Amino acid sequence: MLKTGLKTMLLTAVAMTAFASVASAGKITIESWRNDDATIWKEKIIPAFQAKHPDITVEFTPTAPKEYNAALNARLEGGTAGDIITCRPFDASLELFTKGHLASLNDLSSMAGFSDVAKSAWTTDDGKTTFCVPMASVIHGFIYNKDIFAELKLAEPKTEEEFLAVLETIKNDGKYVPLVLGTNDQWEAATMGFQNIGPNYWKGEEGRKKLIDGTAKLTDPEYVNTFAALAKWGPYMGDGYKAQTYPDSQNLFGLGKGAIYAAGSWDISTFRGQDVPMGAFKAPPPAGSADCYISDHTDIGIGMNAKSANAADAKVFLDWIGSDEFANIFANALPGFFPLSSAKVTISDDVAQTFVGWRGECKSTIRNSYQILSRGTPNLENEMWNVSAQVLNGAMAPDAAGAQLQDGLKKWYAPQQK
Amino acid sequence: MADAKAGAGNAIVGMGRGSYAMLLAFFLGPAVVIYTVFSIYPLFATIFNSLYLRQPDGAYLFNGLGNFQTLLTDTTWSVPFWNAFRNNCYFFFIHMLVQNPIGLALAAMLSLPRLRLRATYRTLIFMPTMLSVVIIGFSWQLILSPLWGISKMFLNALGLGFLFAPWLGQESTALITVSLISVWQFVGIPMILIYTALLAIPEELIDAATVDGLNQFQAFVWVKLPLIFPTIGLVSVLTFVNNFNAFDLIYAMKGALAGPNFSADIMGTLFYRTFFGNQLQLGDLSMGSTIATMMFLIILVGVMCYLFLIQRRMQRYSF
Repeated sequence: MLKTGLKTMLLTAVAMTAFASVASAGKITIESWRNDDATIWKEKIIPAFQAKHPDITVEFTPTAPKEYNAALNARLEGGTAGDIITCRPFDASLELFTKGHLASLNDLSSMAGFSDVAKSAWTTDDGKTTFCVPMASVIHGFIYNKDIFAELKLAEPKTEEEFLAVLETIKNDGKYVPLVLGTNDQWEAATMGFQNIGPNYWKGEEGRKKLIDGTAKLTDPEYVNTFAALAKWGPYMGDGYKAQTYPDSQNLFGLGKGAIYAAGSWDISTFRGQDVPMGAFKAPPPAGSADCYISDHTDIGIGMNAKSANAADAKVFLDWIGSDEFANIFANALPGFFPLSSAKVTISDDVAQTFVGWRGECKSTIRNSYQILSRGTPNLENEMWNVSAQVLNGAMAPDAAGAQLQDGLKKWYAPQQK
Repeated sequence: MADAKAGAGNAIVGMGRGSYAMLLAFFLGPAVVIYTVFSIYPLFATIFNSLYLRQPDGAYLFNGLGNFQTLLTDTTWSVPFWNAFRNNCYFFFIHMLVQNPIGLALAAMLSLPRLRLRATYRTLIFMPTMLSVVIIGFSWQLILSPLWGISKMFLNALGLGFLFAPWLGQESTALITVSLISVWQFVGIPMILIYTALLAIPEELIDAATVDGLNQFQAFVWVKLPLIFPTIGLVSVLTFVNNFNAFDLIYAMKGALAGPNFSADIMGTLFYRTFFGNQLQLGDLSMGSTIATMMFLIILVGVMCYLFLIQRRMQRYSF
């Protein structure tokens, strides 16, 4: 009796699966490296989409961030990749497009809602074709522990001078690590250090474009001064910061042992989980700056597999990604990843709202090593990790750092060889 | 017993050519197929790839030995390459100077006749070898961490706190620190190999030496050690091959850039970075294969030296 029951159930299950796969002709799968966000996609984003388009089934199938590029390439070459491809910014995706793996999205109607800067990470060098819908950017700044600031009667620093004074006060008090940042993994030194405060020195997009057309050099004062500013941080970083890894930094601040954390906005959700009383201030500009600049870096896009068997449905989905509805869901589900569309978005997380609010006060720019300048050997981004970590470690002088970057760039980049 | 053997022999002798070939294929086939597909083919494919150069449009053009010339003469490539080679030699010497002598000493102690808890020691010392490098890397990073590490508290408790430094993060100490962690992990391998060799030495030889008036230590140096030289040679060549192929521990602890300032960069990490890329650096199949081929050549030369200069002159004793 029990056996028959079980058999019937199994048969029904098999039949239902078979039925389901027949019914899912309109099924699309998403390739992504954001495995951290899998629940948000499954519980919030996909249901919202399906409420509008019940005939299309969407599956989110992420890969670990480190393996994503290699795994995706292999699946695209082998013809087994999903219909929707989450796009890394700049050259990695551009290469997929030139190889014919990503489809052009010029005719997508929602594309009109994005600025050229937002689209720059997924547009061909001639600016004619865009192949991914800009999805999110990350903003750099500093997150601080409100309780510690209240305890030591500190105010958010507005200038670099005030910033150093605040660090000095925290150091003299001696209870907390003034500036939480480690150099063991190197990338934080470049990303949370150099690219965080640098735009104020090289005037954001203006300086970034000058590097690309060869009218500015990395040995120019704006770059050397950025390194000089970084060099002053050493004494305020935690004991043994040279061997401090990124998770170490997150724990140090998350446990309330650090006062100021050199941040990327994506860290907000990490610290929310640890209940840190957070505030945020933008990179404090050096004395005599008229304008302020923030690193508002295009980080995630989303495009379509050119060989997708279900291109029509994939386009419907991509169009929806460009909508205001998606922008609002995404911004609130993932505080710290900011939608790039011109849609008006309200974010309930106050720290995330502070970060995104800087867009109105300052000019946005992207990281200067990302577009075009990291195409040769030696790779500029790798070089920046290396020299920024060395400058913070006190092992390299600011002008030597600039000189090493310039020498490396000059070796292969024609506009810098003039 | 003898009949059965003869029967088996006759069965093969009396076999037709075809069935004999079938029998060969049955026993050798799987190994031939597996080695061809997973070792020989990739090796030749890598060498083949190293002769091509990637063009900006993504096509590959035949470049002869041009990539090798670039790797060895263009400073963009040669500086990191020789840096990685130097670091790798250093990594190897640390293993030879620390891991193998300790392995030998441990094996000698394990083979002491009146040792208690022998199996426990053997298992405990061999244990790290079986752990994943990711676990090893993570545990040691925690032990040595300047923030929560036990090593700092330990030194402080002894009043030696001033000796503590962020060893993994300093250019001068990063490489030796990872080398010693690797030694800690793999010391079980020379120990077990040498221990097995020591066990194979007949008791009579030691008894004779004792009768001749040698104590335990003298008997070890003058009788046992010469008898295990072939094993020590084998251990050395295994260490060489493993060290020049090493990658995982350094990648797990220091990332693909193996910093600070590439001070812990070895051939494996340089190859990985070049072949698979890193952050914005795209993978370069041809230069990556060139580095892999150089690694192969270095290992080949090392193993050849061992085979021709040492192995052939070695005396073997059979008991």
